[in-house]
Amino acid sequence: MAKIEFRNVVKRFGAVEVIPDMNLVIEDGEFVALLGPSGCGKSTSLFMLAGIYLPSGGELLFDGHIVNEVEARDRNVGIVFQSYALYPHMSVRDNILFPLRFKKTPRDEALAKVKAAADLVRVAELLDRRPSELSGGQQQRVALARALVKEPQLLLLDEPLSNLDASLRLSMRTEIKSLHAQLGVTTVLVTHDQIEATTMADRIICMRAGRIEQVGTPDDLYLRPSSLFVAGFIGSPPINLIAGEAEAGTVTVDGARFLVEGASGALTVGLRPEHLRIGDTGFAGRIAQIEPMGREILYVVETGMGAVRVLEQGSSAGYSTGEQVKIGFLPENSLVFETARQKLIAGAHVRAPA
Amino acid sequence: MTSIADELTIERRGHSGSAARRRTNFVIFLGPAVVLTVLFFVVPVVIDIAVSFTDLSRSLRISEFTTEQYEKVFRTDRRLSQVIGLTFIYVFGTLAIFNVTFGLILAVTTTAIRNVSGSFFRGVWLLPRMSPSVLYILLWLWAVSPTEAGLVNQVLMQAFGLDAPLDLLTSAPIALIIISNGFIGASMGMIIFTSAIRGIPEHLFHAAAVDGAGTFAKIRFITLPALRWPISFVTIYQTLSLLVSFEYILLLTKGGPFYDTTVYALYVYRRAFESGQYGYGAALALFLIVIGVVVALIGWRFFDMERLLQRPRIEVH
Repeated sequence: MAKIEFRNVVKRFGAVEVIPDMNLVIEDGEFVALLGPSGCGKSTSLFMLAGIYLPSGGELLFDGHIVNEVEARDRNVGIVFQSYALYPHMSVRDNILFPLRFKKTPRDEALAKVKAAADLVRVAELLDRRPSELSGGQQQRVALARALVKEPQLLLLDEPLSNLDASLRLSMRTEIKSLHAQLGVTTVLVTHDQIEATTMADRIICMRAGRIEQVGTPDDLYLRPSSLFVAGFIGSPPINLIAGEAEAGTVTVDGARFLVEGASGALTVGLRPEHLRIGDTGFAGRIAQIEPMGREILYVVETGMGAVRVLEQGSSAGYSTGEQVKIGFLPENSLVFETARQKLIAGAHVRAPA
Repeated sequence: MTSIADELTIERRGHSGSAARRRTNFVIFLGPAVVLTVLFFVVPVVIDIAVSFTDLSRSLRISEFTTEQYEKVFRTDRRLSQVIGLTFIYVFGTLAIFNVTFGLILAVTTTAIRNVSGSFFRGVWLLPRMSPSVLYILLWLWAVSPTEAGLVNQVLMQAFGLDAPLDLLTSAPIALIIISNGFIGASMGMIIFTSAIRGIPEHLFHAAAVDGAGTFAKIRFITLPALRWPISFVTIYQTLSLLVSFEYILLLTKGGPFYDTTVYALYVYRRAFESGQYGYGAALALFLIVIGVVVALIGWRFFDMERLLQRPRIEVH
């Protein structure tokens, strides 16, 4: 187990600066997710932790020791790649055994450990097969077993679920989370899928263009996104962002108006679809589209300030396309951002005019 | 909406209509290849077999059909066993030292270093293959010239203080033909192995590094297993081409001194075109063809080459 620290870490590839200045502490035994769109530097950060890439500047610390120059093989980390990267010409047993080969573990002990790791991820009956004879989910378990067999101080997961089908993804999510609870190994998950991050991780590090946008619990990111980017990235279906101008306590957006407390100037109002309610009060609109999502229904409502997404509970639509409706919300659920700096204005809320 | 029955009818009609088209496609697409194969591979073999049963010689006149050439091959030609032994040393030596091993080393090292320098060194090793064979051998003749002007002698005498120039063409002719062929042969393996190494997913190397593998462990556990098929292919292909090619040897040593570097293919050439024993040359050549086919078949089975050939991804009608 290890405590991980990034201190002013810089990573450049040639002239391209992928990570300009990264500062982050991951506590011993924590499960964190690096979340962001592709190209945001999350995989680069993970590969620096693995020792596959070396930092161009700054310090990377494991338990207080600088590991910048420590080679991958001496770091005692386990990693699961997006493609699983199983050795194609080796049996499952040899794949899981591979890391122990270099630890000079005695054969009997090594085989016992392989068995234990295989049992842990439930692939014990597949030990004699080749990776090509396994399904995606099985390959992914074998990759996990290989990463865990050497009892790493740090477990790295690079988009481990993105190649699995939807139902398998759901069960692997639960399994990886319970594995972490069982083993207590410091775990870093890289993902572009906010659901994966929020369901699995204790803490989420949301990244954008090589910089950390926000660090916090899933709740922090959902309820108190520090920037427009985080607000837009977390939550599904995505938040409604409405830009307008505030003057004397009123935000005016094209035809519509909000009353605002605690802010002025160019603002962007954030309203999550699940916080909006179709009812008798609020701003007016016309239902343009209905998307049933099973337990919920997504309405796209044309209003004076553009299309607004509204998520209603229930499995059958209570309204029909073309219907004129009013959309209301609770003021404490609204978010207000400064448009110029794209930052959240803490404590500021809007309410719809009565 | 079409019913299933309708669709079946359409499909059947399509099939019967396509029979003639299939024949046309066969002629259009395979025709040229078949014609070339027959013209340049099958016909020469037939002619060779026919000539081997004649007494065709310098006079270019056939006076009788005879099996005497084969009697010569099996009974009277005492030089043949030496030639076969040399051919074995030459083929095996060139393959084992250069075409496979050195090609592999070149591929592994030039892919491990920076791409620019890697490409540069691969380019250098490709040069002999790109230069005309006569020019290439002229350079060799100059390099191993028995006078003080020869490159090797210049180096040995000036850098290592050797007294008298060496005559490598006389003292080490077999080594010379292996090296001069190997310098060219290594580049083919190099290119094939390089592309195979490039085809290995990078994540495998990353995974191995994290799992604790060093440079040599990565080569042993990741690179070499991925090269099994390319190595098989290069071995078989190069065995066959080494068996039948002799132009570098002919240009460099003319098969000499005496018969010291006369490999089987060159022996066939010398018998037929230098001694004018065309009938005998044809009989000898026939054995080369047989040996080639046998080696190819053994290789095919031994290396399980069939698995190398992928089934076509599309259905062809």
